[in-house]
Amino acid sequence: MSALFILIGVSIVVAGGFLTAFLWSVHNGQYDDDYTPSIRILFDDGVTPEAEKTATGQAKKNKQ
Amino acid sequence: MQAENLYYDNKTAESILSPKMRVERFYYDNTSVKNFAFATITWGVVGMLAGLYAALQLVFPSLNITQYGSFGRLRPLHTNAVIFAFVGNGIFMGVYYSLQRLCKARMYSDVLSKIHFWGWQLIIVAAAITLPLGYTAGKEYAELEWPIDIAITVMWVVFGWNMFGTILKRREKHLYVAIWFYIATFVTVAVLHITNSMELPVTFFKSYSLYAGVQDALVQWWYGHNAVAFFLTTPYLGMMYYFLPKAANRPVYSYKLSIVHFWALIFLYIWAGPHHLLYTALPNWAQSLGVVFSVMLIFPSWGGMINGLLTLRGAWDKVRDDVILKFMVVAVTAYGMATFEGPLLSLKSISAISHYTDWIVAHVHVGALGWNGMLTFGILYWLIPRIFNTPLYSKKMANWHFWLGTLGIIFYAVPMYWAGFTQSAMWKQFTEAGQLKYTFLETVTYMKPFYAMRSLGGTLYLSGTLLMVYNIYKTARAGKLVANEAAEAAPLEKIYKVHKGEHWHRWIERKPVQLMVFSLIVILIGGAIEMIPTFMIKSNVPTISSVKPYTPLELQGRDIYVREGCYTCHSQMIRPFRSETERYGEYSKAGEFVYDHPFQWGSKRTGPDLAREGAGNLKKTNGWHFRHFREPSSMSEGSVMPPYAFMIQDNLDTSTTRAKINAMRILGVPYEAGFENAANANLFKQAKGIADNLKTDSIRVSPNKEIIALIAYIQRMGTDISNEPKNK
Repeated sequence: MSALFILIGVSIVVAGGFLTAFLWSVHNGQYDDDYTPSIRILFDDGVTPEAEKTATGQAKKNKQ
Repeated sequence: MQAENLYYDNKTAESILSPKMRVERFYYDNTSVKNFAFATITWGVVGMLAGLYAALQLVFPSLNITQYGSFGRLRPLHTNAVIFAFVGNGIFMGVYYSLQRLCKARMYSDVLSKIHFWGWQLIIVAAAITLPLGYTAGKEYAELEWPIDIAITVMWVVFGWNMFGTILKRREKHLYVAIWFYIATFVTVAVLHITNSMELPVTFFKSYSLYAGVQDALVQWWYGHNAVAFFLTTPYLGMMYYFLPKAANRPVYSYKLSIVHFWALIFLYIWAGPHHLLYTALPNWAQSLGVVFSVMLIFPSWGGMINGLLTLRGAWDKVRDDVILKFMVVAVTAYGMATFEGPLLSLKSISAISHYTDWIVAHVHVGALGWNGMLTFGILYWLIPRIFNTPLYSKKMANWHFWLGTLGIIFYAVPMYWAGFTQSAMWKQFTEAGQLKYTFLETVTYMKPFYAMRSLGGTLYLSGTLLMVYNIYKTARAGKLVANEAAEAAPLEKIYKVHKGEHWHRWIERKPVQLMVFSLIVILIGGAIEMIPTFMIKSNVPTISSVKPYTPLELQGRDIYVREGCYTCHSQMIRPFRSETERYGEYSKAGEFVYDHPFQWGSKRTGPDLAREGAGNLKKTNGWHFRHFREPSSMSEGSVMPPYAFMIQDNLDTSTTRAKINAMRILGVPYEAGFENAANANLFKQAKGIADNLKTDSIRVSPNKEIIALIAYIQRMGTDISNEPKNK
């Protein structure tokens, strides 16, 4: 049954890896703000009317 | 926290104001979104039609028209169409729409988008042609043969390339949680698909799984379960986290919870596969491992479900009025129900009852029709009017669709649950004298009314979908596709630099590509640890000296068994219960399957188990099998099995025998050196024996027909172990 012990041992290592990765991402900024990203997605990045004017006719050219 | 954080870097603040950082104008690619959306709808109808037809075949077996349309070939067509064509295109539709907006960038490459779209559709067409023709690898949800497997891999890489390219050129620093779900989907599905599709080609359309027997089963269900996890669940969760807040116009209930949901889910899911193999010949510890992780899965799953539903807190009046939200609420609720049921089904005591029954069919359809179907419909109704810049043609019709769909799910699920419970109870029922109360056939005929009701549910669901087709068509016609949707955002300046005393892992979190590589490694480790011991440790597969390789004729017969999809209705795995050993003979041992490439344990008993069909009390004459294959109901009245009379006409293709023996030897089957040269002579000799035997039963058939090979295989099943020397 040594396989089982190896399995448990390495599972804990993997689990630890995931946990650490999660904690790191928290401590390193990705989740510093755990609220506004949920709001931000609700806004569409439409174009401002002014920009619309100047960009008329160039729509196709500018696409990237 | 370190003071020198990226976000509070003074230089960052300056650079935002610098002229270099003016807002940029760019255009979202809606053409790809539209293409994937229309493909989703088209293949959805096809997949549901195939499902409905297959369901009706179980009520009216006469609907099995020609070998190309028999249940065993249509069922894989249905599952593949619904999973990889309907949901697959649904994923791409959702990802292409949301990823661009979340990254504030157009998809990385229009060319890749085109290749991805057309390539995926080509794969689906190839599947729709090859599956009815009987080209199958014989593993559930991974039936497609090796050339198509390679094409899938290539297309998946194209998808990933396009996705990561977009992530790399994003204008938004924070990766919204949906993107994490997409990344996990890409990485894990790639690993799953490649690992499970390891096969040795014999001809252009035939291959053998690299794994055999119990190992093949473990790999397959590790794949099978994680296909549910990472193809049907994580991408749709990502879509839920984007489209539900957008449709409700309010942020997700708890963004924090969504992050916890993601990490917990991907960590737990990969280990749950063995719960598909409880009480089988899989080593017990692997079974227990699967159960433990499956039970734990309820926490992230329900966390996600609750997060979705609570997003609508204080806005339930909107749900009453908005059909899109209605679809989404039913979808999330179905997700909750299916993920509550899943952990329960993975408990050994419940699996003992539910496995092999229609209960499982009900369970997966709550997921597929409820979670995947309803969420897809909700997103389509939300997205099509937006990209076509016009209101939805008819809200009333969408409401009708909603109710037809919801009722369809109920009419589907309730009869199937009922059928499952009844089936299981009947299989396990003993008389007071200690004998099995029901023959298997009695349980089959008892199911017919339930199967009929299930078809009604399917019809309702499909008619709702057809209403949607019309509604979307009219909407698209009324509007005009905004092929390139203008947007503006400030670019993201690369501001990171190596800080003093920075932790080594910083590079990983900064770049999605590194992150992907990292997750890939972690997931690979997870899968490998679960499987490698089984490969390595000999004690897991006790070698039974009397188990011998198949004869060439039996091998050919077995390939016919695989080709016809017999495993979609017949298991080859007797569990250690009295009700099963009484009915089918001694329970199955891991060592009996060492030469089975692929394994054929099956997952459903619409028909009886066949593991010992050629041995003990179950053994029947060649003549019985011949007549039964020609017309099953002539031997078993009320049988719903398709007839296989064409095998009496069709010649067995013996040109492949040599290649098959050689391939099997490469895979470790101990055929003697040079046996491939004598294989066909051996085959004809055995075939002639069976044909001669049939003559005594007044059946005249030439020995070179397919039916002879299939009979040879059926008669072989389960005989090895009864030849075991009993000297203990």
